[in-house]
Amino acid sequence: MHVLPYTTEVRADTGLTSPKLGIWLFLASEVMLFGSLFSSYALLRTGAASWPDQSAVLSVPLATLNTIILISSSVTMVLAWTALAPGPQAQNPARFKLYMGLTLLLGAAFLAVKAIEYGDKFAHGLFPATNTFLALYFTMTGVHAVHVLVGMAVNAYLLVSGARMWRTEPERFANRVEIAGIYWHFVDVVWVFLFPVLYLL
Amino acid sequence: MGFTLVVIIRWQLAYPGSPVPYIGSLFGTANAPGGIVLPEFYNQLGAMHGTIMVFLGVVPLAVGAFGNYLIPLQIGAPDMAFPRLNLASYWFYLAGGTVMLASFFVPGGAANNGWTSYPPLSDLAPGTGQTWWLVGMAFLINSSLLGALNFITTVVQLRAPGMTWFRLPFFVWAQFITAFLLLLAFPPLEGAAILQGMDRLAGTSFFLPSGLAVSGRPLGVAGGGSALLWQHLFWFLAHPEVYVLILPAMGIVAEIVTNNTRKPLWGYRVMVYSLFALGFLSFIVWAHHMFLTGMGTAVSAFFQTTTMIVSIPSVVILSSLILSLHGGSIRFTTPMLFALAFIPMFGIGGLTGLPLGLATTDIPLHDTAYVVGHFHYLVAPGTIFALFAGIYHWFPRLTGRMMNDTLGRIHFAGSLVCMNVIFMPMFVQGLAGVNRRLWDGGAEYAHAQGVLSLNVPMSIAAFALAFFQLFFIVNLFASLKAGRQAAANPWSATTLEWQAATSSLRVYRNPYEYSVPGASADFLPQHLPADA
Repeated sequence: MHVLPYTTEVRADTGLTSPKLGIWLFLASEVMLFGSLFSSYALLRTGAASWPDQSAVLSVPLATLNTIILISSSVTMVLAWTALAPGPQAQNPARFKLYMGLTLLLGAAFLAVKAIEYGDKFAHGLFPATNTFLALYFTMTGVHAVHVLVGMAVNAYLLVSGARMWRTEPERFANRVEIAGIYWHFVDVVWVFLFPVLYLL
Repeated sequence: MGFTLVVIIRWQLAYPGSPVPYIGSLFGTANAPGGIVLPEFYNQLGAMHGTIMVFLGVVPLAVGAFGNYLIPLQIGAPDMAFPRLNLASYWFYLAGGTVMLASFFVPGGAANNGWTSYPPLSDLAPGTGQTWWLVGMAFLINSSLLGALNFITTVVQLRAPGMTWFRLPFFVWAQFITAFLLLLAFPPLEGAAILQGMDRLAGTSFFLPSGLAVSGRPLGVAGGGSALLWQHLFWFLAHPEVYVLILPAMGIVAEIVTNNTRKPLWGYRVMVYSLFALGFLSFIVWAHHMFLTGMGTAVSAFFQTTTMIVSIPSVVILSSLILSLHGGSIRFTTPMLFALAFIPMFGIGGLTGLPLGLATTDIPLHDTAYVVGHFHYLVAPGTIFALFAGIYHWFPRLTGRMMNDTLGRIHFAGSLVCMNVIFMPMFVQGLAGVNRRLWDGGAEYAHAQGVLSLNVPMSIAAFALAFFQLFFIVNLFASLKAGRQAAANPWSATTLEWQAATSSLRVYRNPYEYSVPGASADFLPQHLPADA
């Protein structure tokens, strides 16, 4: 198969592989997307006549649990990548499968907790239309949840059909896992900002 | 498509209340009973003309088509860095375009809130047209996002050996900066589209303030939102968007000017630095679209200052292009004619923008036909002329055939005259205080009576402009089939896209080595070794 240069090897004068530059540019644009949502939050909250006590409306314990789940999933993601990373140490596809499976499970757990939270709000008659704070809460966490879902789809693809590529092009496959990891950590970091802004402040 | 809509608009402005001839019966009785355009349908035409021209016309052509085709060729790359993302970008574009056009056929018709979609009107507009507009925009934003990161990665990673940064053709630089604008300015509009979608579908009030009443009845929403928030998010995208429209055009014009004057581009480095300045400053001028929103004098002062500063690099680039002409042996080819016309037309558009950038003069001129004249000079005889120039210039590279020169010259002369007859009177109407987006062209206002008669020649010029485009269309297809065979490098150009492709391409020279003193040839292509 025809592969473009600098897919896995670093270009000497830029010090980069193309996929790594691509994912960072993509994340720059994602920062602008979430940045627009956070700015909207700041503008609407500073302009509001009154604002509900956020930690009383939302469940801080559930969100804390979710924070722990998501940060753990970043750790397992790194472990999945180091199992394949090129270097003097032995590569171990079985360990990759274990940790990638764990990452997926933790992602699913995060979404499950989120679904419980949403359901609880709806049961109490709290909807996006109720007030501006809840509108922001549902929109921002909703956009974030979509990002989690996309990350899980990528991870599942790497876990299920990726093994074939590991046999033919191991270096390129390890590269893909690293790129998916960078995205996954970004989704994690967004949550680290969402948690204090929406639950604690 | 976008142009068809505006031709209908111009009919309506010149002859309000008269049936549109020939095609009037196609619009259906809901839009135009008896072929007469209803105000609601007029608003759809206006909003969709803007959206289609900007997001489905100029950006995909200037960035998607020219950028995709020429960047890899000009930097000597084997392909774009991410070919699959490129394809995905195209499919997103197709989906977005289809949704936009299909929205004319949903109940209530297409979006009719102007291309800016200001709330609260757009939040509350009946029908689903506005929601489809938002969906279409989300697709188009993702499309340009994927395209942009592909462009940047390609330029950074896949330059041929020896193609250093300051050996890049100016066109590549222009596309490179444009890609950063697309990458960073478009996502906030996606965020805004999500918020507006929530307002329309989930009943939230992001853009609906408390105590809003419609038709005398209070609106049943929670309130607490801010209509101004939309304007900030929208213009944070839409001002850089202006530079997305203009930078690739400058790149095309610079390539054609230097090639047809047989001289290196005057001030190449300064022009590149100006691009950087434009790219950066375009992010901090957005609120000059909002002087009338009561945001306060301090904020207005900041944005009018940055707006004045952002005009400096544009002037530097334009002046460099003019100085490039000095002392050149100019070949008046069809692409060169369009490129030359671009310079004064863009100049008129730019200079008429200064009064709009200053809060004091903007207040009477805001939302008048003057504004319409201003930005149309930038994008119609500006950007679109540059695109025509680019098509005539690179057609032989793409097809191996030349386009017909006579037809090209008729197309050029007709377009130049018609464009000016259309857009120049807009300044007069605007100074007289005629607002834009009026269904009857201002006929019901006393202050518009004196300048109302201008609408008839303007509209006739628009129909004539459509007629002159036939020369282009015929030329395009006839030349495709039966054009004169082109030489491998018909314009004797130095940049890599004209050189025979070799697998081991190496670059030894600056982009525009024309008329080098003491050289054996009139031009020295970039891949020629120094001792050749």
